Amino acid sequence: MSADAEQGWRNRPIRCLIAKVGLDGHDRGAHVISRAFRDAGFEVVYSGLHRAPEEVVQAAVQEDVDVLGLSILSGAHNTLVPAVIEGLKSYDAFEDTLIIVGGIIPEEDRERLHEMGVDAVFGPGTPMEETIEFVRENVPRRER
Amino acid sequence: MTGGDSTDPDRGSDGSDRDSADPNCDVGSDVAARNERLVDSLLAGEHRALARAITRIENREPGYRDLVSRLYRHAGTATVVGVTGSPGAGKSTLVDKLAAAYRDRGDTVGVIAVDPSSPYSGGAVLGDRIRMGSTVGDMDVFVRSMSTRGQLGGLSTATTDAITALDAFGKDVVVVETVGAGQSEVDVVRTADTVAVLVQPGSGDDVQMLKAGILEIGDVFVVNKADVDGVERTVAELREMIRRREVDGKRTGEKRTTEERTDGEQTGEERTDGKRTGEERTGEKRTDGERTGGGRSTDDGPWQPPIVETVATSGAGLEDLLDALDGHASYLRRTGAGDRKAIDRIAAEIRQLVRSDANELLAAEIDRRGGVEALARRVRDRETDPYTVADEVVDPLRECLASIREGSTDGSSESS
Repeated sequence: MSADAEQGWRNRPIRCLIAKVGLDGHDRGAHVISRAFRDAGFEVVYSGLHRAPEEVVQAAVQEDVDVLGLSILSGAHNTLVPAVIEGLKSYDAFEDTLIIVGGIIPEEDRERLHEMGVDAVFGPGTPMEETIEFVRENVPRRER
Repeated sequence: MTGGDSTDPDRGSDGSDRDSADPNCDVGSDVAARNERLVDSLLAGEHRALARAITRIENREPGYRDLVSRLYRHAGTATVVGVTGSPGAGKSTLVDKLAAAYRDRGDTVGVIAVDPSSPYSGGAVLGDRIRMGSTVGDMDVFVRSMSTRGQLGGLSTATTDAITALDAFGKDVVVVETVGAGQSEVDVVRTADTVAVLVQPGSGDDVQMLKAGILEIGDVFVVNKADVDGVERTVAELREMIRRREVDGKRTGEKRTTEERTDGEQTGEERTDGKRTGEERTGEKRTDGERTGGGRSTDDGPWQPPIVETVATSGAGLEDLLDALDGHASYLRRTGAGDRKAIDRIAAEIRQLVRSDANELLAAEIDRRGGVEALARRVRDRETDPYTVADEVVDPLRECLASIREGSTDGSSESS
């Protein structure tokens, strides 16, 4: 360990949870982003399909992730996202989790999501590098 | 890291620490206070604190040793079960069902799922949670995914420390799940009290694979997917292999006991603290051993690993598996084998820590002498040779230890 351990702590991998929330069975995007994050050196926990908001919260809290990526293509983001955010707050986990949303989000809903506490919304066609770069630059600094 | 800075290449990061060689003494007071707060919240049952503690442990953040020490005082009661087997054998699904079964009995459960990280990017996709469907929404099952992060040997230390955190939190059972390939992963499951090895039927190769080290560590064998063809054959092959293992074990048995006994004496001090050694457990529960045992240990002879058939997806055979795991646990208590195991495990842990600490000291010394590459160049240019270089690096340490030994008048039974 020694030097390795020291470096390990400096360059520790960014931990992410990629979650499919709600009744939406389209997980190709979630798979692709999981894979891309892995190749970028992140540690990605993938939730699997059809998770309830409280399940996503449970996973995010237990895994102590830096980034929560929600993939929603069902159009139910206006109910699912607030439920997840409320859950995170109840575990005191909202402040230091970067929340990004991917999928089909109409332009007019984005501002609302930002107000709720979503840090970024990435629609279809977003270059992978852009998402990765955003995460790298915005992962919350943790000190507690 | 600090690059060319020669004197203090390690641990300078949180600013507040002194220039000390002892890794336990360089915890700044702010870090200590932070750890204390974290442990208080953890003991109060906050999941977030438990999660954060494991993160610190996993990252080897400055002060993590102090954190583990604090947690250690509250640990030592959890039963640790290791689950291993080849990819696709159904480990995650089985662990999920196992966790649910423990919950039904009223036990709280922690799960550590270890997945390999990519040797290329260092990243990992940790997919075990996908299969943890039976216990979602139940916060009393705490599932944590860990990646191997390319650590050599360090992984088992990190896992052991994470188990300590879950144990201190109050989990009754901690399940460690990992692919049983490679030394470091075998080391991981070895930290468990009871190890279940999963095999899937129909591929003779799987049983062949077991020969390479996994067979020796299995306390319970599980033939999962027992609803497909080839179950009988796999069970028969396993049985044959276990029998052979016993014959081999008898031959080497005597040598091992004497060797282990020395270890036990060395670690005697730690044992008095009663941490994680299972000593208390041995005392209080010895009586109930008689009627359990799964009928598998013959008059407290060596443990004979039972073979259990399960279908993890449906939950069939899970009762048998629980019985087998309980049987092994009570065997460990009844015969004192659990104590033996704990001592061995702790001894290995101490050795590993001492080795890595010594490594750290010596790595700093090498840096002070201009770095290993400069030394290598000198050897290449025939100015010196590797043995002389090694002597030069280690000599200060050797002399220091020698002077301490002389200083303490009678060094009692310390060997040279």
